[in-house]
Amino acid sequence: MANELFRICPDTGFKIDRNAEKLIKANAVVAIVFLAVGGLFGLLVALTRWPAVHLLPAEWFYLALTAHGADVLLFWIVFFEIAMLYFTSSVLLNCRLATPKLAWGAFWLMLLGAVIANVAVLQGESSVMFTSYVPMQAAPHFYLGLILFAVGALVAVFIFFGTLVTAREERTYQGSVPLVTFGAITAAIIAVFTLASGAIILVPTFLWSLGLIGDIDPVTYKIVWWAMGHSSQQINVSVHVAIWYAIAAMLLGAKPLSEKVSRFAFLMYIMFLQLASAHHLLVEPGISSEWKIFNTSYALYLAVLGSLIHGMSVPGAIEAAQRRRGFTSGMFEWLRKAPWGNPAFSGMFMSLVFFGFIGGISGVVLGTEQLNIIMHNTLYVPGHFHGTVVAGTTLAFMAITYLVVPLIFRRDIILPGLARWQPYLFGIGVAGISLFMMGAGTLGVSRRHWDMTFTDAAIGFEYPPAAFLMMGLNGIFAIMAAVGGLAFVVVIVGSVLFGTRRDDAYSKAHPVLPPAGAVAVSTYGNEEALKIPGTIMLVTIFFAAFVLYYFVNWKYLSEVWPLS
Amino acid sequence: MAIFPPENRVWWNEPLHRPEIIWITVAFLWGLVMFFTMIYWHFSGQQNLSNEAYRIFPEVYAERTEAMAEKYTVRTETNLDIPVVHPKPGTDVYMLARLWEWWPILELEKGQEYRLHLSSLDWQHGFSLQPTNINVQVHPGYEMVMTITPTQAGEFGVVCNEFCGIGHHTMVGKIIVVDK
Ligand code: HEM
Ligand SMILES: [Cu+2]
Ligand SMILES: [Cu+2]
Repeated sequence: MANELFRICPDTGFKIDRNAEKLIKANAVVAIVFLAVGGLFGLLVALTRWPAVHLLPAEWFYLALTAHGADVLLFWIVFFEIAMLYFTSSVLLNCRLATPKLAWGAFWLMLLGAVIANVAVLQGESSVMFTSYVPMQAAPHFYLGLILFAVGALVAVFIFFGTLVTAREERTYQGSVPLVTFGAITAAIIAVFTLASGAIILVPTFLWSLGLIGDIDPVTYKIVWWAMGHSSQQINVSVHVAIWYAIAAMLLGAKPLSEKVSRFAFLMYIMFLQLASAHHLLVEPGISSEWKIFNTSYALYLAVLGSLIHGMSVPGAIEAAQRRRGFTSGMFEWLRKAPWGNPAFSGMFMSLVFFGFIGGISGVVLGTEQLNIIMHNTLYVPGHFHGTVVAGTTLAFMAITYLVVPLIFRRDIILPGLARWQPYLFGIGVAGISLFMMGAGTLGVSRRHWDMTFTDAAIGFEYPPAAFLMMGLNGIFAIMAAVGGLAFVVVIVGSVLFGTRRDDAYSKAHPVLPPAGAVAVSTYGNEEALKIPGTIMLVTIFFAAFVLYYFVNWKYLSEVWPLS
Repeated sequence: MAIFPPENRVWWNEPLHRPEIIWITVAFLWGLVMFFTMIYWHFSGQQNLSNEAYRIFPEVYAERTEAMAEKYTVRTETNLDIPVVHPKPGTDVYMLARLWEWWPILELEKGQEYRLHLSSLDWQHGFSLQPTNINVQVHPGYEMVMTITPTQAGEFGVVCNEFCGIGHHTMVGKIIVVDK
């Protein structure tokens, strides 16, 4: 039934709903626009925090930082995620998208909200940071914009669920949903919880900014705000892990080592991530240690366990697939001979490594009840989450975009030379800013702070010289990351506008995906002994680094003034 | 492949691989270790954040801080004449946060215990004691009380590390620790 509604993808054989395709395009394009705008603000912020450059005046710095946080963390990430939800439901399940009209409504609502929030920030009366902690107050339309955006996103999430139901009813796939879709379902379930928390806190805050209701308790605000803010990071994790599996599958024919384990790991996110609000409340007054310990550890670190499992299954799946292809010599031939020149692969693999080593380890350390005392609100915090949401999520999103453009936009990637280098520039740049901000934070430097020399303060204080060095290096790597980000925008926007059109005949002649490794790997594992020595080595190195770094920080803590 | 439905319809009956089982076990045990380390530190570690906190009206908190300052001020510093307060060891000492200062300057004795009270009169602020590196969130309407023991003599900066408006980067206070 290749009628008007659908086309058959010449590369993958998927039956693609044209409505879904248009919506994926629209959401992805808008996402990238916000990445470009937000990334520019990020560069300005980083250059201001470089003491030798100190680019922006104070008001502009706080404005730019608010805009940076909102544009990249909310708008870039969520628009892209909506595109991914439509992709993993409609495309991967060969199903029509439920209620495309409503999906357009959701899209426009989100866009309207995002634009309103940006206008509010640029007007200058809402430099409250994207967290907008009460009792500091922004202009009412700042909150209104965020609310509209969240409502739009919530509608889109329900369209995703609607599409799953449709697919089931119309039997567009056999058996269980693919693992990647399963990961997206995890993300969507968390999203419902998250967006609901957002509404619960932002609606009263909006009314308060209009003077309609009285004070909002600042601690309660934080608990509920972070039920949105932190749990939504777990949406990102679920989606980017799903993308890791997807890219490994599409480029290398990798098959999960075991469906059961990978799916269970996703389930752990749903079961335990909601507790994560606690990460932001570890040094707040009036909250018991029992509550903090239980929640900050996601009940015995069970959600962390989910990520640790993916940390072995994803490279393990790649290794197994590569070994089947014949890259069997030594421990790492499979990795050396991986398609490092393909930005979808290099981006994906760096995302995996950086997310684990930088974002993951630092996140657990930062989220340890007592260790938080030596890190709370220092630059360690942005250092950590540039490891998760930038080197991890953003880089994974960039990587999959190199497949989305040829498959969904049906254009060839232009400037292949630049595209090849782009993930390295961005990935290494971001790894640098993460590490140097973590370094500065370990030395005590405050986050969200315009002047680490305290020139205008009545009482002075000097951070150690090493902290200044860290901020200089941070600036240099920020430039590298910004160049990488710009390269991404140029390549992708350029390809969408000017890339060679991939009609069916052209696609057959120039396939995007290598001829299916799928066949080669279809039934390994399970019965036979699984050989993944390289992955075991990587995981061992990771684990050693984790344990070592964890206890080093306890050592630091033990040197601090005793307190109780 | 991960983008197609599992080939094996009854995938949930597939046996697990050894490397996976081992890693899941190790990772789970490591989670337990980290979980119990936090609890252990409450009994054996010296750096634990107090859970003692009270609801308080900002005016009341200001009065208490001023009362302490009146009683124990030993001199003033800077051209703003910020009082330097040297309270008795072992007693309750107050520091307040407001746009954009930490008030007053405290002078403490090395090796002595103090019950340090922190609260804000307006917005949230961040108490970041440097370079020893103790960071605590300060809320309006909540008074946090923690017992601290300075272990080094010298001058320590109290940087505000919660964004609190345009004067945020000028909000620095001081704790002086003197040998007895
Ligand atoms: C060119 C790339 C980027 C650079 C150079 C950059 C740099 C920075 C710097 C220097 C800070 C400020 C730290 C501080 O003073 O507190 C910051 C904050 C932040 N960044 Fe980025 N960043 C980049 C990309 C991103 C992306 C892609 C995301 C999200 C996906 C992101 C999310 C954030 C968030 C949420 C904050 C915190 C804002 C706040 O404190 O309110 N950044 N970034
Ligand atoms: Cu402050
Ligand atoms: Cu401040």
